[in-house]
Amino acid sequence: MVEGRAEVKRKAGLRLWLSAGWLGALVLVALLAPLLAPNDPLAQDLFAGRLPPFWVSGADAAYPLGTDSLGRCVLSRIIFGSRLALTVALTAGVITCIIGAGLGLLAGFWRGWVDVVVSRFIDIWMAFPPVLFSILLIAVIGPGVFSIILAIVVIDWTRFARVVRAEAMAQGAMDYVASARVAGRGRMGIMLREVLPNVLPIVLVLLTLEMGIAVIVEAILSFVNLSISTDDPTWGGMISEGRSSIHQAWWVLVFPLVTLFLTVLSFSQLGEGLKDRFDPVLR
Amino acid sequence: MTYLSVRDLTVRLKDGPALLRSVSLDVAAGEVRGLVGESGAGKSMIGKAILGILPRAVEVVSGQIVLDGVDLLTLPPAERRVRVGATCALIPQDPLTALNPSRRIGPQMTDRLVDILGWSRANAAARVQDLLAEVQIVDPARVLRQYPHELSGGMRQRILIASAFAAEPRLIVADEPTTALDVTVQKQILKLIAGMQARHGTALLFVTHDLGVVSKVCQSLSVLYAGKVVEDAAVRAFFAGPKHPYSAALLAATPKYTDPDAGLQPVPADVIAAVRAEVGHG
Amino acid sequence: MGLLRTILLRLLTTAITLFGVAVIVFFVIRVVPGNPIAMMLPPGATDEDIARLTALYGLDKSIPAQFWIWGAGVLQGDFGTSITARQPVLAMVLARLPATLELSVLALLIAVLVGGAAALTGTRLRQTKVEGGIDIAGGMALSVPDFLWGLLLILAFGVLMPIFHISGRVTPSLDLPFVTNFYLVESLIRLRLDLTLDLLSHMLLPALSLAIPLAAIIAQLLKQSLKETMHLDYVTLARTHGYSEARVIWREALPNALLPTLTLVGVQFTFLIGGTVIIERLFSYEGLGNMAIDAVINRDLPLIQGIVILFAVIFTGVNLVVDLMYAALNPRLRHG
Ligand SMILES: Nc1ncnc2c1ncn2[C@@H]1O[C@H](COP(=O)(O)OP(=O)(O)O)[C@@H](O)[C@H]1O
Ligand SMILES: [Mg+2]
Repeated sequence: MVEGRAEVKRKAGLRLWLSAGWLGALVLVALLAPLLAPNDPLAQDLFAGRLPPFWVSGADAAYPLGTDSLGRCVLSRIIFGSRLALTVALTAGVITCIIGAGLGLLAGFWRGWVDVVVSRFIDIWMAFPPVLFSILLIAVIGPGVFSIILAIVVIDWTRFARVVRAEAMAQGAMDYVASARVAGRGRMGIMLREVLPNVLPIVLVLLTLEMGIAVIVEAILSFVNLSISTDDPTWGGMISEGRSSIHQAWWVLVFPLVTLFLTVLSFSQLGEGLKDRFDPVLR
Repeated sequence: MTYLSVRDLTVRLKDGPALLRSVSLDVAAGEVRGLVGESGAGKSMIGKAILGILPRAVEVVSGQIVLDGVDLLTLPPAERRVRVGATCALIPQDPLTALNPSRRIGPQMTDRLVDILGWSRANAAARVQDLLAEVQIVDPARVLRQYPHELSGGMRQRILIASAFAAEPRLIVADEPTTALDVTVQKQILKLIAGMQARHGTALLFVTHDLGVVSKVCQSLSVLYAGKVVEDAAVRAFFAGPKHPYSAALLAATPKYTDPDAGLQPVPADVIAAVRAEVGHG
Repeated sequence: MGLLRTILLRLLTTAITLFGVAVIVFFVIRVVPGNPIAMMLPPGATDEDIARLTALYGLDKSIPAQFWIWGAGVLQGDFGTSITARQPVLAMVLARLPATLELSVLALLIAVLVGGAAALTGTRLRQTKVEGGIDIAGGMALSVPDFLWGLLLILAFGVLMPIFHISGRVTPSLDLPFVTNFYLVESLIRLRLDLTLDLLSHMLLPALSLAIPLAAIIAQLLKQSLKETMHLDYVTLARTHGYSEARVIWREALPNALLPTLTLVGVQFTFLIGGTVIIERLFSYEGLGNMAIDAVINRDLPLIQGIVILFAVIFTGVNLVVDLMYAALNPRLRHG
């Protein structure tokens, strides 16, 4: 071992706190968006188009991170964009988690025909390109926040179901379940009171990772213009615009990209950090 | 003439306790030396140190391993590897895990001859086929084309023995080569090793915890306890009267190989305590 | 008989899965609330228009009847006609397929080479700073998806150091002699290396975006698998033969470590192919994925159906190939 266990733990802790810090700050920013944003995120000013960020000559102090081609404030749009990103992350993450983990738990602990059906569905789901599937769904039900969330749930429930099913199967084979059975307790009771608490840590890790995925999916759908209306501030929409004017105004791409990058990185690092925390070997 | 001479070898877990403590033992050319001791005494560790396959967690602290007049521990790693590969071989303990499952027997046996000793493929193939015949494998040509999982444990051990003799090594380390086998097969394999050794005149370091086996195949033996050699004797002298109390207890504890029903006697506790004190162990 | 049985069984499950995909695609499009016909038409279309189009697409029949007609058509290679392009869907889709295949395979090649090299280096230099570095780089590569890697690469090599192309598949002003749509392959066969270079310069960044996460996964899995294999008895025995550490890893450990990695890499490769959809969009690369997004924006349902089913065929095909490779490489199955 190059590093001692204490060193590994300290680094893991730092990683956890940094990502939790960024995400906490983001939640605050989303809640306080109207107070924090220097400008109306929708207000266009065609005479102030493509102004650079504050440290570049030609900047306007009213627009700290510059403006896009329609003269909208980049900083304000990023701040308001965090609202949609976090809403989608939270709702889609939680709903996916409940449905996927629930089915996985039933399949893994109950076995029998429930397991056969759920497993077959998981197999079929694995045969879909996820991005394509979400696009298919949105093509049919039309763009919008609801569609994004539905698309994420429909695609990603298998992530939870597969892991929780395997975990519940492993738990179901353990002695404590057998002894609870012998004690005459109902299967439902055992599943909820004994097995569920034991799969909860891994579900929490998956949930954190899922929220990161949801943020990315939202950004991708905004990027291809299939999220909410194009005027509303979304990180993906800003990135899409920035991509097309990359040679004229790099800041329109760079700032939302960095924000998105840090957010996605934080969710995944938080998930990995939690995984290490729950891992008995490291604890 | 001494072929292998281990001098004051001390080996320890990195940042941990010593596993071998100032071990010395000699193997003369063509001699068979037994290395006995209870499980965990460090028998395999000596073999690994000689062959240069110590686990990464383990390091040599001091001592010499002189092979044919050259101290292996002073050689650069690559040179040591090739020298050992060309002159020594290992017969491993568990034949079921000692063959590469994804490669045919033939190339597994010929590779070292071709790649390390520079033989031609044809010569190597012929040599290996002869060896398989020598270890009494029927239809060697067929076996060479098979995969390990198609062969029984006894067959695989025969192959490993043949493979060990393939490069005409001067020294073979056999690490409990019959422990993992069925009792019925054990005797055949033992006979086979002894016969091969006699025909090829190879020096053999025979690791075992079975004194009965030692009395049959070895000329001399070293008794190991907790990483220390407590007795080094000729076989005849040893069985006539071991000098060290631990050896004596070990001998008494061994069911008479002539009479397997004589029953097992444990090493007396006071002897254990005395030896522990002597080797500086707890 | 072991191998044949495995193949037959796998073909059967593949067929079942594809059937499931077809059913889902069909029903998602027809049963989900919302009238696809109304969505296809421009605003202000009359009820008469809607009724005409509904009949044209057979949507006035019962759902099972529709499925029967549609399924029979699909089995005969009739995926309908694109609404926007007014061309047979199958022909359109097949014309774009080579671009996506070339991109995916190039990405896979990069991922295998980089990931494999990282795993072998990490194993050779295990428990050193180099292995630690490889682990950290892999962790980074995995925490961010291909879409973000694509954007970062665009910034780095399209703007900061503009050395690669960041949009398109080939420079349009070039004189293209191609008769197939496998441009890269054809440029190599025709020995038009100038074109090969131009194609690669366009493909490199999108391929890298797709390859980075997969390379990290390969590195992780293969290294783990190698390290476990390195402890096995036959590897230790091989060491006593005098082989170098590199050769022990390459010849003794690698063949056995590959097998468990292979299956997982197969699944991951299908994810990579799914990723081409957004990456092609990001780099304006004219492949299937880019066409899929246009089809969605234009509400071109027949085209969307065709693309989704083709992707599903590719996915299950990759999984099938991986399983067969596994069976073929595993001596235990080969000589059951
Ligand atoms: N890879 C290893 N790491 C740490 N300790 C080891 C390792 N291999 C063996 N040991 C320890 O070294 C001692 C000697 O082991 P070994 O030589 O295998 O004994 P035996 O005489 O049974 O062959 C034992 O106490 C064992 O626990
Ligand atoms: Mg041993």
